[in-house]
Amino acid sequence: MTAVDGSGGPAGPGAARRLWPWPTPLWLRGLGYFAYQYKRTWRSSITTSFLYPVLYLAAMGVGLGSLVDKHTHHVSGVPYLDFVAPGLLAATAMQIGANEAMYPVMAAIKWIRTYFAMLATPLRVVDVLRGHLGWIGVRLVTVSTIYLAVVAAFGVVRSPLAVLALPAAVATGLAFAAPIAAFAATQEQDVAFTTIYRLGLIPLFLFSGTFFPVTQLPGWLRPVAYATPLYHGVSLCRDLVLGTASLWPSLGDAAYLVALAGAGYWVARRTFRRRLVV
Amino acid sequence: MTAHLDPSTAEPRPNGGPGTLVYAKGLVKRFGEFVAVDSIDFEIGRGESFGFLGPNGAGKTSTMRMISCMSPVSGGTLRVLGMDPATDGPVIRARIGLVPQEDSLDLELTVLDNLMVYGRYFDLPRKVIRERAMRLLDFAQLTERAHDKVEPLSGGMKRRLTIARSLVSEPDLLILDEPTTGLDPQARHLLWDRLYRLKQEGVTLVITTHYMDEAEQLCDRLAVMDRGRFAAEGTPRQLIERYSTKEVVELRFRSGEHDAVAARVSGLADRAEVLPDRLLLYTADGDGTLARVHAMGLTPESALVRRSTLEDVFLRLTGRTLVD
Repeated sequence: MTAVDGSGGPAGPGAARRLWPWPTPLWLRGLGYFAYQYKRTWRSSITTSFLYPVLYLAAMGVGLGSLVDKHTHHVSGVPYLDFVAPGLLAATAMQIGANEAMYPVMAAIKWIRTYFAMLATPLRVVDVLRGHLGWIGVRLVTVSTIYLAVVAAFGVVRSPLAVLALPAAVATGLAFAAPIAAFAATQEQDVAFTTIYRLGLIPLFLFSGTFFPVTQLPGWLRPVAYATPLYHGVSLCRDLVLGTASLWPSLGDAAYLVALAGAGYWVARRTFRRRLVV
Repeated sequence: MTAHLDPSTAEPRPNGGPGTLVYAKGLVKRFGEFVAVDSIDFEIGRGESFGFLGPNGAGKTSTMRMISCMSPVSGGTLRVLGMDPATDGPVIRARIGLVPQEDSLDLELTVLDNLMVYGRYFDLPRKVIRERAMRLLDFAQLTERAHDKVEPLSGGMKRRLTIARSLVSEPDLLILDEPTTGLDPQARHLLWDRLYRLKQEGVTLVITTHYMDEAEQLCDRLAVMDRGRFAAEGTPRQLIERYSTKEVVELRFRSGEHDAVAARVSGLADRAEVLPDRLLLYTADGDGTLARVHAMGLTPESALVRRSTLEDVFLRLTGRTLVD
């Protein structure tokens, strides 16, 4: 049974027969599982992660937008569709990042125990974490790319810098995914996730500048909005798509998002280890 | 292959001999204040089938998790395949197969996809995994279910799939943590047959169990574990010879009478043991002892003469039965 055809380990002769002669990085092997699993769920995920934002775009941007434009003649100097489209890109990234870091992380720990299956193989805790976050990154890249293409077709894009809205959206998603994954790994039950939605994601979705400028908020509430990660994701995506980006504010937005994702990853390494290594 | 661990010879070679796959010296696992594994020594050689026998909570699973490099060692020395799990975990795990106590199959994926996904963790090319998967599904008698989801499979089928999955990487060492717990007798026998075949093919097996029949069937050598320590170690035959008699007479009287009867008949046997529901007499000649019991005018409600088993060894060593 042992080494019947001599291709035992990860660097065994079996690996050398392939086009790609180097061993696959451990985290990428973990990511591979989620890609495999996606083969059976991609249909339903298209609805939530792609169709919904496009429907929002049509309803808010085109439907509501025509009304808004008629009365106020442009929001922040652009037609309402142009205003809301890049905001929805960031909001969608937030939703995907958060979604994928809640129930799927809990499932991989408690329900399907995927992480434990991985940890019996060469993968380490850190590879399991990177693989999962990497997969969330893949999801964010694909959804954001398609969404940006649709937005471009609506004629919203006003700057070549709009291509940078793709990494900006991915950073927005990961700024939510990493800290939420860190939190999910500490949970015994999924009840807290509902609270995150009710008290976190839905208020952010509505009041972080996606649908109207934050300046419309009462003065005392504005600092709260400025402090939220979605506000910075929305500003960054909007500035890049509409060509209103200026170096330092945009760098500030990006730095905020990257720092939050990085901090989340740092904490997740610890919570994952505490949960998975006994 | 070391049949017995002799500390004097084990000391100078901290990685064990060339044929040693697992070497442990003073191995400890602590969870806070609780000591789950309390300084155990053992060596497992290539091609051997080594069992950890003990009741729940004896420290078997903790030991398995340390050997499979999933749980850090709290103290002592552990070498697996000559390497240190603390520093070479990924390299070691690439060469061992683990059948955990709790299944970690993906119920929504098909039987075949579970093997494909798992093989990818070892970076095996898809073509290689597919070839092996077909062979392994045949071995696990799951070929017909290859394209079915795992969810509706029976407990025995899931266990066989988990074993097939652990073999995808063609490991040097296969670790099975209570492989048949919770299965019905038929499923257990089928599983034993498959594991026995692996043993015949020379796969090194490390098994934990609290079933003595499983240990007797599958293990060349056994460590009897109790409260984190080894109570005894040896081949099943050696253990029985060392710690029990050739035969056992089991007598059942009306409840409450066992202690009184034991006092009267204990002289007839090497040793008498009173259990809640029966009285055990350990003796070289079961029929002779039983005849003498009858000659004393005692009339047990039932009487049975049988050979000694590992259960008796365990009872002798710990004063408790294996499965409550």
